[in-house]
Amino acid sequence: MAVIEVEGLTKRYKGQAVVDRISFRVGQGEIFGLLGPNGAGKTAAVECIEGLRQRDGGQVRVLGLDPETQGHKLRQRIGVQLQESQLQDKLKVREALDLYASFYPRPADWRDLLNRWGLAGKSGAAFGNLSGGQKQRLFIALALVGNPEVVFLDELTSGLDLGARRATWDLIRQVRDSGVTVVLVSHFMDEVEELCDRVAILKQGRIAALDSPAGLVDMVGARSLDNAYITLTGRTL
Amino acid sequence: MSNGFVKLALVETRLFLRDKLALIGVFGFPVGLVIGFSQIPGFGKPQASLGGEPGTEYVAALGVAICLAAIALQGLPAVIAQYRERGILRRLGVTPVRPLTLLTAKLSVWVAVAVVSTAIVVVVSRLAFHVPLPTEPGWFMVSLAFAIASLIALGMLVTAVSPTVRGAGGLGMVLWFANMFLAGVWVPASQMSPGLRKIGNLTPLGSALHALRDSWQGIDPRLEYLGIMAAWAMIAGGLAARFFRWDKV
Repeated sequence: MAVIEVEGLTKRYKGQAVVDRISFRVGQGEIFGLLGPNGAGKTAAVECIEGLRQRDGGQVRVLGLDPETQGHKLRQRIGVQLQESQLQDKLKVREALDLYASFYPRPADWRDLLNRWGLAGKSGAAFGNLSGGQKQRLFIALALVGNPEVVFLDELTSGLDLGARRATWDLIRQVRDSGVTVVLVSHFMDEVEELCDRVAILKQGRIAALDSPAGLVDMVGARSLDNAYITLTGRTL
Repeated sequence: MSNGFVKLALVETRLFLRDKLALIGVFGFPVGLVIGFSQIPGFGKPQASLGGEPGTEYVAALGVAICLAAIALQGLPAVIAQYRERGILRRLGVTPVRPLTLLTAKLSVWVAVAVVSTAIVVVVSRLAFHVPLPTEPGWFMVSLAFAIASLIALGMLVTAVSPTVRGAGGLGMVLWFANMFLAGVWVPASQMSPGLRKIGNLTPLGSALHALRDSWQGIDPRLEYLGIMAAWAMIAGGLAARFFRWDKV
């Protein structure tokens, strides 16, 4: 059974379709990537699937639930890392984790997350004093603190240095190995190639191609995923 | 819901206590005003320019009103608009707790702060400057509740219609000054023209100041003032609920 079912999803801003009738399914334990240039509609699509925005057309089911009408139930079972969000500057790391853990029926042990994501030494630090990479890791930990069955990660490794990116990839694989389904929004080719089982490439709100990273390369007869991506989305600014 | 609320209210209280500047402003300023003015020789005696009211009593009520207005029209819009602009409300929107829970937790903290600040002014004025305790404590508390509700509703309306933190700060400041002027904080109402005084009575702060002062002195506040505050609370509150955005534009 598919954990995420998207059928003809459409989202319009001011009459303009930024997500235009896209359809895909994600299976349990899969790492599914949404790849595409800026403005291709990745974030809009994923926010409709999370229930953060209302869709203008199509059907969406996550864990069998409609994010719009059964949002409250759904939000107990998913974890989300948003692009560009912040916390209160004076909120301490451990307070943030403890607070967010309290929202969920069966939360993870946040002290364990603190260690796993390399934040143990920063437990008493205020959010405003964290580095970009530490903030990013805190947001990933917050996405996982509710013990989600599906986790959405938007711009997973932005702000992380090379070592931290590799470590993050390993940890995301561990998360998947524990049975969690992962949806990754990215524009980093190496990340998608490394992590994703399947990838949907979005271009102007539509799915230009959907396959495994290797399948995409074969499909267009390219030498690498970079080249396949350029062939599919075009060389534009 | 309740679990999230209690935890959020505790966290918001802690965050408030960490903000030294806000603490000084909210708890220190009104008391400072009373202490400062009471150093003027003879200020504790009835003042002809204040309609025969002793200066210290006049200033004590003023301190309470200024503080309520500052909390509701400056503190509140700035913080809530910031929570929206930084995506804090949005982030809560993807948890089982609704962003509305954060908003009510935050408002509860501010209401508690306003009540504590008022209590400090009342107690310090009594102990240090012999200003009598409110002679009609029941009416005083009713007046305070109405004052807080009307001003916070106005503050929430400011937040609702301002898309940015800067916008909310600016609009809140304008309304704060307008309220302070019309309520007779800069120039005592007894020295204003009758027309201006009438307009002043129609502002939330103007009617709040009247109701608080009357009940402090043992006069039942006129229902007119409570009615004006209730109207502000309902109209501004309703509009705020209608136009509030959880997410930045």
